[in-house]
Amino acid sequence: MRLFVSEGAPGNLPVLAAAGRARGRAELLISTVGPEECMVPFLTRPKVPVLPCCPLFGLTYNHCFHCGVRNGYFFLLSGWEQDDITNQWLEWEATELQPALSAALYYLAVQGKKGEDVLGPVRRALTHIDHSLSRQNWPFLAGETESLADIVLWGALYPLLQDPAYLPEELGALRSWFQTLSTQEPCQRAAETVLKQQGVLALRPYLQKQPQPSPPDGRAVTNEPEEEELATLSEEEIAMAVTAWEKGVESLPPLQPPQNPVLPVAGERNVLITSALPYVNNVPHLGNIIGCVLSADVFARYSRLRQWNTLYLCGTDEYGTATETKAMEEGLTPQEICDKYHVIHADIYRWFNISFDIFGRTTTPQQTKITQDIFQRLLTRGFVLQDTVEQLRCEQCARFLADRFVEGVCPFCGYEEARGDQCDKCGKLINAIELKKPQCKVCRSCPVVKSSQHLFLDLPKLEKRLEEWLGKTLPGSDWTPNARFIIRSWLRDGLKPRCITRDLKWGTPVPLEGFEDKVFYVWFDATIGYLSITANYTDQWERWWKNPEQVELYQFMAKDNVPFHGLVFPCSALGTEDNYTLVSHLIATEYLNYEDGKFSKSRGVGVFGDMAQDTGIPADIWRFYLLYIRPEGQDSAFSWTDMLLKNNSELLNNLGNFINRAGMFVSKFFGGYVPEMVLTPDDQRLLAHVTLELQHYHQLLEKVRIRDALRSILTISRHGNQYIQVNEPWKRIKGSEADRQRAGTVTGLAVNIAALLSVMLQPYMPTVSATIQAQLQLPAPACSILLTNFLCTLPAGHQIGTVSPLFQKLENDQIESLRQRFGGGQLEEFLELKAKVSPKPEVVETVTTAGPQLIQALMDEVTKQGNIVRELKAQKADKNQIAAEVAKLLDLKKQLALAEGKPLETSKGKKKK
Amino acid sequence: MAAAAELTLLEKSLGLSKGNKYSAQGDRQIPVLQTNNGPSLTGLTTIAAHLVKQANKEYLLGSTAEEKAIVQQWLEYRVTQVDKYSNKDDLRTLLKDLNSYLEDKVYLTGYNFTLADILLYYGLHRFIVSIIVIGFFSVIFRMIFFNLS
Repeated sequence: MRLFVSEGAPGNLPVLAAAGRARGRAELLISTVGPEECMVPFLTRPKVPVLPCCPLFGLTYNHCFHCGVRNGYFFLLSGWEQDDITNQWLEWEATELQPALSAALYYLAVQGKKGEDVLGPVRRALTHIDHSLSRQNWPFLAGETESLADIVLWGALYPLLQDPAYLPEELGALRSWFQTLSTQEPCQRAAETVLKQQGVLALRPYLQKQPQPSPPDGRAVTNEPEEEELATLSEEEIAMAVTAWEKGVESLPPLQPPQNPVLPVAGERNVLITSALPYVNNVPHLGNIIGCVLSADVFARYSRLRQWNTLYLCGTDEYGTATETKAMEEGLTPQEICDKYHVIHADIYRWFNISFDIFGRTTTPQQTKITQDIFQRLLTRGFVLQDTVEQLRCEQCARFLADRFVEGVCPFCGYEEARGDQCDKCGKLINAIELKKPQCKVCRSCPVVKSSQHLFLDLPKLEKRLEEWLGKTLPGSDWTPNARFIIRSWLRDGLKPRCITRDLKWGTPVPLEGFEDKVFYVWFDATIGYLSITANYTDQWERWWKNPEQVELYQFMAKDNVPFHGLVFPCSALGTEDNYTLVSHLIATEYLNYEDGKFSKSRGVGVFGDMAQDTGIPADIWRFYLLYIRPEGQDSAFSWTDMLLKNNSELLNNLGNFINRAGMFVSKFFGGYVPEMVLTPDDQRLLAHVTLELQHYHQLLEKVRIRDALRSILTISRHGNQYIQVNEPWKRIKGSEADRQRAGTVTGLAVNIAALLSVMLQPYMPTVSATIQAQLQLPAPACSILLTNFLCTLPAGHQIGTVSPLFQKLENDQIESLRQRFGGGQLEEFLELKAKVSPKPEVVETVTTAGPQLIQALMDEVTKQGNIVRELKAQKADKNQIAAEVAKLLDLKKQLALAEGKPLETSKGKKKK
Repeated sequence: MAAAAELTLLEKSLGLSKGNKYSAQGDRQIPVLQTNNGPSLTGLTTIAAHLVKQANKEYLLGSTAEEKAIVQQWLEYRVTQVDKYSNKDDLRTLLKDLNSYLEDKVYLTGYNFTLADILLYYGLHRFIVSIIVIGFFSVIFRMIFFNLS
């Protein structure tokens, strides 16, 4: 028998591994063919017994990665029966894993992308495998022994996971499964044959010939949860839930009086929470808000519900070039700019109900004192280097020019208005001193190159201490996978000394002779801001910040901030040998997009913090939706339509409906007093289910999986709605004595679930939570403490208050007008088109009345695409590649013409591919 | 045809008496079957193969090793290729390919009717609803393709 494989195709790996196992049963001849040769077994070689490859290989089925299929053959030969679970894995591999994986491999091998760009598309699939392995507690995918599923998945994943950087260490079960298989002889041989010890690059020639796979459809921005199976409950679990329930409010610990200042206490859990300091002169957009302050707020509120000593702090980051620029623009001093914008920030966060213990700022004497102290200690311990840097200096303004203060002619493409750091036209990074005809942006005179002395933090010298610390901290901690990945890749590339000074005035002064006219670079002292802000809150700040034994530090940020918090600041702190509290859990989010595009202040696209209040949508609804789509583990997108949908379905119909009905039954049928409850076995099961979900909520929040924990709340209220629906208390109340008693039990249990939900909801929607608690007259300790058990907090006879609806329906018109007001959608729809093979004409036609913004954006796109085409032609690139880019260009031009309302130049029937 | 409806139809044609209830998962509405004596099963072809075994009609999964492999690959073709069809051009190529493949065959595996034929038929059915069901599969294909090309 003969097996044809394509040279360098990733799909060969599992085939060969399987063939290795099947050897001896069938005589195999393996032939390699070039990727372009047509290999249609049923047409070209009907007489040769060919192992079935993909059925239509060479025609449309040209991603020959459907290895599951081909493996089936070998394994059946070697006598492995396929059971349901194996089948299920194979189907999953073909439909879910492969689309994600081929995108990742393409990014890695063909486009040379790295890190999260590669791991992003497959992360969900990897987690799925890991969870299945650890949930079943099996060493292999389909049971105690190896099966076809293992070989197929191993082979598919090997090209990616052989690089340990792409094998996330928190996925322990996946790791050990992968390593077990990788050591097997047939697998090793297959890996050598296919990858030829070149790693993933061996696949490059093959993958290059393939069309670029699109990442799994909508997966990157999907906001839907995975469906969970309903757990089966043991008698024991039910009994325990019932006992806890019966104990009621008495089992609550006494409420601790609020402390001021909050300080850590020995022997208790002390949680210090920081949110990345927003840069003062930008108004934060929704992505900034969900990325740090709001996420950290949920955790801080949760932490207080657990009665942990919690200090949550944040503040504005105020020093640096950007502030100086802004001050110049607005004709104010930097200090005045900071004062002005600090208030804007504080107001926005107040509106969003962020529960800071302190919202401070970095321009304080404490900041200078602590930063200088850290610097001095680093200096005396030999961790600071001096070096000369060539820089542009404007003699007229008498200062060194930061990159953004210089303009000139691009040394690469000759573009006249290139910035000091990057050319807008060719996109290349520029070293400011290489600019031709440089100009000071302020006075337009020509700056000169001068050398300037600077200080550097000697990171290579601190690397070993950092690794030791990471080795102790990371295992078992809740650092998010992206943060671990970023730190790992920095360490892999080796640390380099980093400049910590700048020729600026607006900053923390450098306390060293010869550096009087310099300040610290913001990234060096911004993270010290947390310490100084705490120091402004309490003179005992060191009990938080020099107390790693007793304090757990949670730091929230978007992923671009990870290196400073996870690497640079820890290095500085370790170098001081001053026993600083270092980050225990670094919680980094991915990015939030706006309606499939990016937030953009300059294009006026997206919702910014100060505008949210003008929409008429309450802060809690914003909080809910942002948390519901929190970019946890993957990027997500804000969408107006989705917001309307989630508000109307999850809040109004599910949560609001349940809580309102429960309360209304008490008011209407029982005069406002909680009725007697006589629990039947069904009720007890419900108790146990709710308890289980509550415990799940706790597990998730303890791991700072904020978005997932919100699902638990909604699940409980869904259970509650079903419970009411099935038991129909509104009918039974009119029935016999027994029926009326049943109506009482159902109502009583439901209103207690509503009370529980109000507490679970508190971190997410504090105002709604307080409203529910006021409506139900929930006793004080029950409002502020959340245990891991579901308690009866509203016993029979408890009087509730006046019940009224919690949420309002969002209407289509309202949302549509908001969408138009804040931009977005339109442009993105347009840009999306160019990615599609054949645009749908109806979409194009709806956008004839495009605004000037859209036209401008399209013009920019046309220019950009034109450059790409020119560049390709200049490089004499592959014909097909040029043709594809030209098609994109034509498409864009057509869109532009449409947007401008011009008639089409091309005939309607012309096909674009 | 929604996956659940398709599976219910399959149950009937396999002669299984009791109707299973299916739930659907995610955006793509992947069918899920909760079995009585085991974990739930996810995925169209997985569940279909399970039903065939339940009905003791294993021959529908192929009788020789080669045939089993061919059935497998066509089942996979169904869920990865047919189901992701997105425009007319794709469909045309797809049908053309099938046409050339079937030129010298009665059924997908050659001479035996298998689960692959059933599921591929169901999968194409949504494009070609107006065709009256006739027993011979490839005949249908041919009729369609000749009209098309």
